[in-house]
Amino acid sequence: MKRKTIVTGVIGADVHAVGNKILAYALEDAGFNVVNLGVMVSQEEFINAALETSADAIVVSSLYGHGEIDCSGLRDKCNEAGLKNIVLLVGGNLVVGKQDFADVEKRFQAMGFTKAYPPGTSVETTIEDLHQFIS
Amino acid sequence: MFYLTADFGSTYTKLTAIDAEEFRILATSSAFTTIETNIMDGFYSALKKLETKLGKLHYDRILCCSSAGGGLKMVALGLVPELTAKAAKLAASSAGAKVVKTYSFEISHSEQIEIKDINPDVVLLCGGTDGGNKEVIIANARRLSEIDQDFSIIVAGNKSASYELEEILKSSGKDYVITDNVMPVFNHLNIEPAKQCIRDVFIRKIVDAKGLSEVQQMASGEIIPTPLAVMNACELLSKGTKNSPGIGELMAIDLGGATTDVYSMASGKPIAENVLVKGLPEPFSKRTVEGDLGMRYSLASLADELDMDCLGKEIGIDSQDIFQWITHCISNPDAVAATGSRELQMEEILARSAIELAVERHCGIMESAYSPMGIIFSITGKDLTEIPYIIGIGGILINNPHHEAILKGALFKPDKKNSLRPKSPKILLDKQYIFASMGLIGTLDPDLALHLMKEEININNNN
Ligand code: B12
Repeated sequence: MKRKTIVTGVIGADVHAVGNKILAYALEDAGFNVVNLGVMVSQEEFINAALETSADAIVVSSLYGHGEIDCSGLRDKCNEAGLKNIVLLVGGNLVVGKQDFADVEKRFQAMGFTKAYPPGTSVETTIEDLHQFIS
Repeated sequence: MFYLTADFGSTYTKLTAIDAEEFRILATSSAFTTIETNIMDGFYSALKKLETKLGKLHYDRILCCSSAGGGLKMVALGLVPELTAKAAKLAASSAGAKVVKTYSFEISHSEQIEIKDINPDVVLLCGGTDGGNKEVIIANARRLSEIDQDFSIIVAGNKSASYELEEILKSSGKDYVITDNVMPVFNHLNIEPAKQCIRDVFIRKIVDAKGLSEVQQMASGEIIPTPLAVMNACELLSKGTKNSPGIGELMAIDLGGATTDVYSMASGKPIAENVLVKGLPEPFSKRTVEGDLGMRYSLASLADELDMDCLGKEIGIDSQDIFQWITHCISNPDAVAATGSRELQMEEILARSAIELAVERHCGIMESAYSPMGIIFSITGKDLTEIPYIIGIGGILINNPHHEAILKGALFKPDKKNSLRPKSPKILLDKQYIFASMGLIGTLDPDLALHLMKEEININNNN
């Protein structure tokens, strides 16, 4: 079976690099073909990378609290670019302060994300879900 | 050992005679070549001129390069503009081609017609990383096959599409070759195999098509595109040989009648600390060619890019007069401005502007983003601010007394800080137009070529 390709990176002006490195390493280790764009990645860069590599999923991280602004419109742009039904996951510290995560998740799903994850989501959960979403 | 090199241009044939034992350039000469007549006529009249200077010539080797017949005309196709389309353009440019246009995504019907009208010699077809997107490159192969022109196709895209591509291209009847991907892995350039294929196609097909078969019979080695010879010379001058060091990082600019070529031999790593590098990594040896910036055939498109009122004010000449001169030059490509004339002033400001634009397109750009931590800077492309040398090459610059002022168009502009152009380079000149020749000699005797180039630009040979 062909290895599944995942594009990952930290969106916006966010420079939190540690989680991104760990996540990319863990996904690679789990058998995915990982295209890691690193930190400060724009929506266009996610889309361009997914187009060229024919990616199966885009895994977006946002740690600094501006996730909502940075992620809005990403699904629409994916649709425009012809990345139809691509799996879009987002996680990290998506919003500022302590908010009810069910609410947060709803807002991200309304933006078109397949799933949004609360702070401290383990890499095991991430991998398990990815297998499920792109099988 | 005596070498003779011949550069067959679109308008001139240029010869250089070299004495390899004495490490000396004996003489150079050039003669007008017309498209209508046999290309060898220009060669023989240039040879006659050389022989009046040197007496009967007995040379051991003759090496040739050519940009005759408009040079190696190419179009490049990729998937995403900033990724494989850009990689395709970089590969074709660094093989010495004139890349007329670059296309991305599936090409449209009107783009298909446009390619037919461009009538390229070679098409470079890329798209997708290995194992990545196949649909677009396959669709574009089909569209290219439908075009009723006799161009060669070089495929350097997603390897996983090669079976389908082979089938499509085989039945198209076109000349084609499939080679390694220009971007096998995301954001990793691999342009050498495509470059090599372009060179092979040039030798195998284009030499004949451009009426150079007689030249090929006479030549001691393969004919290569002139810009590739210049590129090889720049690379040699920069890196040196195992016996003698090069001069390090440099930029070279060739301002021509139809195109403006910019070469940089530099890593282009960011000078400032804490900047993020974005986009496709660019090769140490990079060439860009601007087909819309030139001093004769491309004057109209150059003029379109400029604010003529502003330029006119700078030299105290009415912009209408500049437009008149431009119109005159377009219909008379052999027009020459007299020394000290107003026309020469106009020529100079146009030349400087062409260089400004071409260098801006070649260099990287710095962008800033506001973040909760303050401003964050990122760079796309090469940071060339600290490049120590700019070398002017090509007839227009060599023959202009104010070449230094013209070349200063390449410099960093305080009002355009985001364009990472050279800040305080030494400006040098290829006085006798030997760079293409040295690129050829360098393949046989790199130490000789390096020595002669250093001498030409007055850089100490003892280091
Ligand atoms: C180190 C750090 C920094 C360093 C980063 C250094 C670097 N280059 O990496 C520096 C000092 C630069 C920094 C700056 C800032 N930081 Co900071 N930083 C941290 C800190 C202490 C650790 C982050 C870290 O590395 N964690 C370890 C890794 C392994 O965990 P992780 O990043 O969360 O990633 C894991 C999971 O989240 C998950 N995951 C990640 N992405 C995804 C995606 C999906 C789909 C899934 C399923 C899972 C998943 O998997 C990862 C691996 O296990 C955190 C606090 C904390 N303890 O988390 C604050 C924290 C992230 N920073 C914060 C803030 C506010 C900032 C600043 C805005 C501060 C400021 N005012 O200047 C700036 C922002 C700068 C910028 N432009 O990005 C806040 C964010 C608050 C919020 N979101 O509500 C935090 C939470 C601190 C806090 N409690 O206030 N920071």
